[in-house]
Amino acid sequence: MIKTIRRIPVAHYSNLKARTGYSIRLDDKEIALFKVSNGRVYALENRSPHPKGGVLSEGLVSGEYVYCPVYDWKISLVDGKVQEPDNGQVRTYKIEIEKDVVFIVL
Amino acid sequence: MKKLVMIGNGMAGVRTIEEILKLEPEQFEITIFGEEPYPNYNRIKLSNILQGDVHFDDIIINPLEWYKDNNIQLYTGEAVVKIDTKARKVLSDQGREVQYDELIIATGSKAIILPIPGANKQGVTGFRDIKDCELMIKLAKQYKKAAVIGGGLLGLEAARGLLNLGMKVDVVHLMPHLMERQLDRVSASMLKEELEAQGMNFLMEKETVEILGDERVIGLRFKDGSQIEADLVVMALGIRPNTEVAKNSGVYVNRGIVVNDYMETNVPHVYAVGECAEHREIVYGLVAPLYEQAKVLANHICGRETEPYKGSVTGTQLKVAGVDLFSAGEIHEDTTTKSIMVHNEYEGIYKKVLIRNNRIVGIVLYGDTKDSTRLFRMLTKQEDISGMTSVSILQSECSGAINDGDDVASMPDDELICGCNGVTKGVIVESIKTKGLTTLDQVSQCTNAGRSCGRCKPLVASILSHTLGNQFNEKAASKTSICGCTTLSREEVIEEIKTKGLTSVKEVMNVLEWNNEEGCTKCRPAINYYLGMIYMDHGMDDRDSRLVNEKMHANVQKDGTYSVVPRMYGGVTTAKDLKKIAEVAEKYHVPLVKLTGGQRIGLFGVKKEDLPSIWKDLDMPSGYAYGKTLRTVKTCVGSQFCRYGTQDSMALGIELEKKFERLDTPHKVKMGVSACPRNCSEAGIKDIGFVGIDGGWEIYVGGNGGVDLRPADLLCTVKTKEEVMEITGAYLQYYRETANYLERTSKWLERIGLKHVQEVLADKEMRQALNERLDKTLKKYVDPWNEAIQSKEIQDKYYMTHIIKVGE
Ligand code: SRM
Ligand SMILES: Cc1cc2nc3c(=O)[nH]c(=O)nc-3n(C[C@H](O)[C@H](O)[C@H](O)COP(=O)(O)OP(=O)(O)OC[C@H]3O[C@@H](n4cnc5c(N)ncnc54)[C@H](O)[C@@H]3O)c2cc1C
Ligand code: SF4
Ligand code: FES
Repeated sequence: MIKTIRRIPVAHYSNLKARTGYSIRLDDKEIALFKVSNGRVYALENRSPHPKGGVLSEGLVSGEYVYCPVYDWKISLVDGKVQEPDNGQVRTYKIEIEKDVVFIVL
Repeated sequence: MKKLVMIGNGMAGVRTIEEILKLEPEQFEITIFGEEPYPNYNRIKLSNILQGDVHFDDIIINPLEWYKDNNIQLYTGEAVVKIDTKARKVLSDQGREVQYDELIIATGSKAIILPIPGANKQGVTGFRDIKDCELMIKLAKQYKKAAVIGGGLLGLEAARGLLNLGMKVDVVHLMPHLMERQLDRVSASMLKEELEAQGMNFLMEKETVEILGDERVIGLRFKDGSQIEADLVVMALGIRPNTEVAKNSGVYVNRGIVVNDYMETNVPHVYAVGECAEHREIVYGLVAPLYEQAKVLANHICGRETEPYKGSVTGTQLKVAGVDLFSAGEIHEDTTTKSIMVHNEYEGIYKKVLIRNNRIVGIVLYGDTKDSTRLFRMLTKQEDISGMTSVSILQSECSGAINDGDDVASMPDDELICGCNGVTKGVIVESIKTKGLTTLDQVSQCTNAGRSCGRCKPLVASILSHTLGNQFNEKAASKTSICGCTTLSREEVIEEIKTKGLTSVKEVMNVLEWNNEEGCTKCRPAINYYLGMIYMDHGMDDRDSRLVNEKMHANVQKDGTYSVVPRMYGGVTTAKDLKKIAEVAEKYHVPLVKLTGGQRIGLFGVKKEDLPSIWKDLDMPSGYAYGKTLRTVKTCVGSQFCRYGTQDSMALGIELEKKFERLDTPHKVKMGVSACPRNCSEAGIKDIGFVGIDGGWEIYVGGNGGVDLRPADLLCTVKTKEEVMEITGAYLQYYRETANYLERTSKWLERIGLKHVQEVLADKEMRQALNERLDKTLKKYVDPWNEAIQSKEIQDKYYMTHIIKVGE
């Protein structure tokens, strides 16, 4: 089988508000898209790794971190790592921006 | 550098290391083995954890960073199994070998488990460590009935904890009296009565001979043949020093590891300290003597001249809410003792001081322990009391509370303030003066006072305020920063916002140099609240600094769906509204329609995307069931229908709810209005409650029906509805302006005092000013559901899931 890399356009960069999480469904995947204060954009699986964790797009964003809205775990948007004292990791997705279009790379 | 190894990472051992680091920070390369998987924690507070006052995180004494900062190699979850005293090395259960020049054994002790049939069944535990507590907390969720074997200090603290966890508790005791080693017959029976009133059941003079059940415990059988049911059995019969490793390695052990006055064992370079050590045939089980040992050992190991350890007299108290008792020294009269006794049955106070040859040799205090520090000093110092009258010995009878300034002033310098850590008034005053200390935290850090059981803290605070005199600033002394992102306290942040004219959350964090540029989930919602409180009519709420419920204007649920609870003012509804709710529930397939505990209807399990359209269809205002704001105003039917009603409770409730809805408050606020003292709306456990009486209303405040149940206090009685609105507005605004964010009115009222609030509200101008500020604030709010329906931008940002099809 040939593994195909797919780029999916998901949003216009200029429409995204900073410090906000958007929830995006690509087929069966739910992805949280964040634009942070420094302008960078990140995409993560939209679920905290806490066993009863919440939907990340609704969490509070601080710098390059988001807090799980239900259990308050602090999660890095850059690599998806849960910060001490908790641990775990959320799947991250690569983002590419061309002209004004934000792509998620699957 | 010399290599220092310690076995055991508990209270006595780590205190020894702290003392060593104070004397010689560079002399040793330190390694610590601890069998438990945690850094050093305050074992004493396990009782408080069971009783629900504190969390595991709060009882860590030395966090992992402390070990790192002091270059200590710590191995947790790893036990030492062998000491090779010839080759001077220890071997761990993970096969690790570590060389030592000096070795400290500080292995503490373990709970004694009765060697009776069934003792190894599931559901049988001691009460010694975090693991035991976790087990009890877990079982309390699944089962109803607990038995505690042992009516001593530990057993009673465990029993109290299990009651708090919602279990029924039997305490089984072998002897005819509780705590027979600390209390005499009279005080023991007073204690028993108090604890029975709290819900404990006692089975006295019962010897347990078997634990019943298959794999899990289901009950106990006693020697007299009787049986009881139990799903959890806690053995609190005493402790046995952990000595196996020492014994198997050739260190001399009797009951404990035998040490001399310098804590040396029979093997050179091997020391023992704490509950595992036996000194002059005594093994101690309280921290005060252990900390004395720690100090002597630290000096000795560092090669300093030191007084030898000569043993200690200990005093005990019970950490059970509602029980004040203290005991030290001898407790029973004999032919050579004389006693002074006060027994005030009416107030439940009992005091006994035993005297031999003009010296105090024993103290038992029940119901009032204010004299304990002074009497205990007289006992330990063996002061000659021949010149004193019995009244002056039991002084507090006439002099009132000990922690007012005068008493602190008249206290001699060598009075022991912190029993656990052996800290005297002199030492505290000295360090405040020489080191320029201004806060309770600093005093604890420098002197250790207050770092163990914590009961001396109020006294330490009085000494601090007395020593600093008018330099003392109460606010600064108890200063705690609002979160880890800053060192500033609430007061300082508010002050800076006002003087510097800061207007946004971002600006506050920037200008006040937050160490975490965009804050965290603790400070951001708090700053946002303070800004909204200070700038009454600005509409600059930072929605993204609110947590999920307030940001979404709905309660998030475990599966990520939301609940919708529309207003139903005063719990009064109409057929029309009920129809709308019913139609919405059907149209959106709402999984649960439920009457809430707040007299209204909730729709649970709603998908996020459906929220705006449900709100639109309902066309009712948000009930704010999710907010730090006014939640519900519960009412009773009152004079419109009820034969007892003296006032129109529904009308008042509706008016209150319409006036104060949407107002941001430090924590949620609930109200209740009843039309007579039968109080069908439970106004006595609401933040503000109103009870109709003939010709007026009683206003109650500070009630709470949640985690810390608290009956409300009567604030005042007024005649008219206008007065009700005026007092309520002023009270609410005063709470808004002075409470910490997330401080419920019950906690706030306890902190600042009912009297104080009554004084503030008695002042007419004050009332007026407060109400003006409140009214100005109330103008800025709009209904958030309606706002969301109107705004595409809000919908897109918060409520839409953007569905994108991939491929064809
Ligand atoms: C819906 C309701 C239970 C019900 O089915 O009846 C409810 C549901 C929740 N309560 Fe409650 N409480 C409800 C009445 C109460 C009451 C009874 C009352 O108000 O008369 C109390 C005790 C009274 C009191 O607060 O003093 C109550 C004490 C709590 C507490 C403890 C507060 C405290 O200070 O101790 C919490 C936790 C908190 O707020 O931090 C809480 C928190 C919650 C939360 C918001 C938990 C959360 O953060 O997700 C629950 C949301 C469930 C959901 O899926 O939407 N709920 N809660 C009730 C809504 C009433 C309403 O119409 O608004
Ligand atoms: C519920 C409860 C309430 C209490 N209340 C009070 C009170 O109000 N006032 C008071 O003064 N005292 C109180 N105490 C007693 C006090 O906690 C103890 O006296 C104190 O903790 C003893 O300190 P320690 O260092 O000797 O032992 P510990 O604190 O028990 O530390 C010993 C540590 O060594 C570890 N260890 C054992 N063997 C090995 C090995 N071979 N290798 C590695 N590690 C090992 C153990 O796991 C343990 O963590 C209470 C105790 C309990 C359990
Ligand atoms: S509180 Fe009094 S007036 Fe109100 S319903 Fe109950 S009995 Fe009737
Ligand atoms: S008396 Fe226990 S900490 Fe001070």
